[in-house]
Amino acid sequence: MANYNLKINGQSYQVDVEDDTPLLWVLRDHLGLVGTKFSCGIAQCGACMVHVNGEATYSCTLPVSGVGSSEVTTIEGLSKDGEHPVQKAWNEIDVAQCGYCQAGQIMNAAAFLKKNPNPTLEEIENAMNRNLCRCGTYHKIREAVALAAKNK
Amino acid sequence: MKANRRDFLKVAATATGGLFIGFYWSGCDSPKMQVLTDEEVLSQAFNFNAYLSISPSGDVVIYSPNPELGQNIITSFPMIVAEELDADWSKVRIFQAALDNEKYDRQLTGGSGAMPHSWERLRKAGATAKHLLVQAAAAKLGVDAAELTTDKGEVLQNGKKKFGYGELVSDASKLTAPDEVPLKDPKDFKIIGTPVKNVKNKEMFTGKPLFGLDFYREGMVNAMIQRPPFGMKIKSVDDSGARSVSGVSDVIVFNNNVAVVGKTTWPLIKAKRQLRIEYEPDGAVESSFDHDRIFKELLESKNAQVMRKDGDVETAFKNAAQVITSEYQCPFLSHSPMEPQNFFAHVKGDKVELIGPTQTPDRARMETAQLLGIPKENITVEITRLGGGFGRRLRADFVVEAAELSKILDKPVKVTWSREDDMTGGAYRPAVRYRFQAALDEQGNMIGYKLRGVGINAGNSTRENNFPSGSVDNLLIENIDYKSPITTNAWRAPITNFLAYAEQSFLDEVALAAKKDPVKLRLELLDRAKKNPVGEIHYDIDRMQGVIETAAEKSNWGKNQDVMQGFSVYFSHRSYVAQVADIIMENGQPVLKKITAATDCGTVVHPTGANHQVRGGIVDGMGHAMFTNMTFENGLPRQRNFDTYRLIKMKEVPEIDVHYVDSGYDPTGLGEPALPPTGGAIANAIFAATGRRIRSQPFIEQKEFSDIKLQIRRG
Repeated sequence: MANYNLKINGQSYQVDVEDDTPLLWVLRDHLGLVGTKFSCGIAQCGACMVHVNGEATYSCTLPVSGVGSSEVTTIEGLSKDGEHPVQKAWNEIDVAQCGYCQAGQIMNAAAFLKKNPNPTLEEIENAMNRNLCRCGTYHKIREAVALAAKNK
Repeated sequence: MKANRRDFLKVAATATGGLFIGFYWSGCDSPKMQVLTDEEVLSQAFNFNAYLSISPSGDVVIYSPNPELGQNIITSFPMIVAEELDADWSKVRIFQAALDNEKYDRQLTGGSGAMPHSWERLRKAGATAKHLLVQAAAAKLGVDAAELTTDKGEVLQNGKKKFGYGELVSDASKLTAPDEVPLKDPKDFKIIGTPVKNVKNKEMFTGKPLFGLDFYREGMVNAMIQRPPFGMKIKSVDDSGARSVSGVSDVIVFNNNVAVVGKTTWPLIKAKRQLRIEYEPDGAVESSFDHDRIFKELLESKNAQVMRKDGDVETAFKNAAQVITSEYQCPFLSHSPMEPQNFFAHVKGDKVELIGPTQTPDRARMETAQLLGIPKENITVEITRLGGGFGRRLRADFVVEAAELSKILDKPVKVTWSREDDMTGGAYRPAVRYRFQAALDEQGNMIGYKLRGVGINAGNSTRENNFPSGSVDNLLIENIDYKSPITTNAWRAPITNFLAYAEQSFLDEVALAAKKDPVKLRLELLDRAKKNPVGEIHYDIDRMQGVIETAAEKSNWGKNQDVMQGFSVYFSHRSYVAQVADIIMENGQPVLKKITAATDCGTVVHPTGANHQVRGGIVDGMGHAMFTNMTFENGLPRQRNFDTYRLIKMKEVPEIDVHYVDSGYDPTGLGEPALPPTGGAIANAIFAATGRRIRSQPFIEQKEFSDIKLQIRRG
């Protein structure tokens, strides 16, 4: 066990966990930030995506020992009250079905649009192809990312 | 700030009212001041019926009884109640109801059955309350109720507001509800048929704890369980490695399972890998090559169950000018909802509290009662949001094991399945092989039709009274079910998820042999069934023809020589869906561009939800037909996570063009019916484009497909 100082959503947190604990489980089990989802555990589906220094990152395979002083943003910290352009677009397009993958999708989309504010649909597809949606909301995800880019 | 799980949860619990997470939904679109909390509204509200309470503030509380797994019933059910109530939708607060046998019938999600079952009940719930409110208003005003109208939560006289509903609830709730109340004429619907936003959007996109896996209770422990391969039992367990993992408090062997227990999840994932369990056979231990052998043997067996027999099949085949025979096979499939299985259980003496994602809360309660010998009245079940279901959560295995473990530990426990647990401890879509035979006369008329289905734990793998039954003089449908230790279960559109593909591909083969257009062949068969039906017919011919004609028209069927098209139509779960897949050739290789769908599900209650289900069903049907395989080795799937179990991704989805046929019928469900036709439409388009007939799934692993480089591209 070791003490880690983490910067998450603009706040400092101290946790006492094993070095190999993935950031995902630190967020979910130790900090109560359960918006970040567990699904595959092997960086294949993207349900666990958070921002680490602005990069969309699979939190299920990132050990807490590798986070260091990086700034972590989770879905809970993406905006104060769901007013991030991507979140607004998600509501406008009414994207979600079961909703379980959506936090990861939104985090990936938000990081992507920061780097590429005016993407083509093909670029959106390439970026979002990292996230699985078992309900098949892909059409709406693509639409919502495009709308968020337009409305930013 | 030092993180404190307890404080966080206290805040969350206060803010959201615990598990009954309410949502003042208008905050999403047009920010308004929230005057009352959910608790205040709930404590003041007058109850009208199982679905509906109204508070003096005019806030309307609607309970949605059925589990929500993405079909958005938590929006569409309240829409129906609010419609007949003439509620102000911005003042509606929606709550997921816990299991309650007295208040609700059929409190489950499965079989696309909730909408047809509840449509009238929900309308009556709203209409009855409206009736009472109007009666109360009439009494207060001393006028005839017929002089009053309602709109957006208000009672009006001559178009002028007299009372808000809130002012009337106290009086109205004292009146006796009549047995019959008039329902609205559908042309007056204001909420039904409009694209109302999902009432849970904001909670979902801000990461609120909605799902079973998000549930936490102070004092609970977490557990993960190693379950045995199918057909095996535990011989010995060495848990020393698991116990040495920091954070593991206990290792429990129970009921052929080994549970690792601790406060948090990660140590359990590690400890499970350290378990050394020796298994021994406890029945047949099967691999995929066993299943291939079983299929071959049983397709030749003399002992098939006759499901339907019309006319004289033997003579028809003897006299045929042409006989076409084809076999189609599908693998087992995992349901793989994005949220792995999990459940919270707390056994306290002779009382049990169950909380989590289940499609069948009643079954969860019954099986827990049975296992623990506790009366079912002593067991409560609260339903969280489900991160997908697809049929997997119709079972209660993941509930009763949590209850059993809680009893052993004498603690509240949440059992979490890893993805690997979910995939290897499944209850799969059964593997099935079909043999179809058609006898054609000189003119290409189908005079005989035979289908034999062989399934592995599939039950009846045929749908003997479905199309084309009724349209062929001589017909024989047979079934053989092989019993295997590999557990199977309903998987979105049970049986028809593959049968439709096989049958609709085979009909394409028949059309080719008969030199008929595939659409015309189907319409001719249906005409025949209408004019001169053979035996029983369990589908509506006009509605089936309606979707066929609409899909053909909207897809410009056969009108563009550069577009190779595949057709498919299927009736399942009371709804009718026809689909056309479009492929163009580029540099000698096929590009799948578009799928056009025509659906008849009666009245479309919630267009956004309907589009979601049609498109999602098509994406689901396409992905599993094309890409996903599951093979077994010694009682375990070889595919254990998404690196080898290939699900469809965004770039693999073509344009999907959705149309509805307004037949004027009451609404039927849509969770399943759009899925079955998709594989057939695509396979038939691939044949049209390449001359290759793909008869087994997944397509990409078939040798006929090996040199086809199918691209999928929109636009």
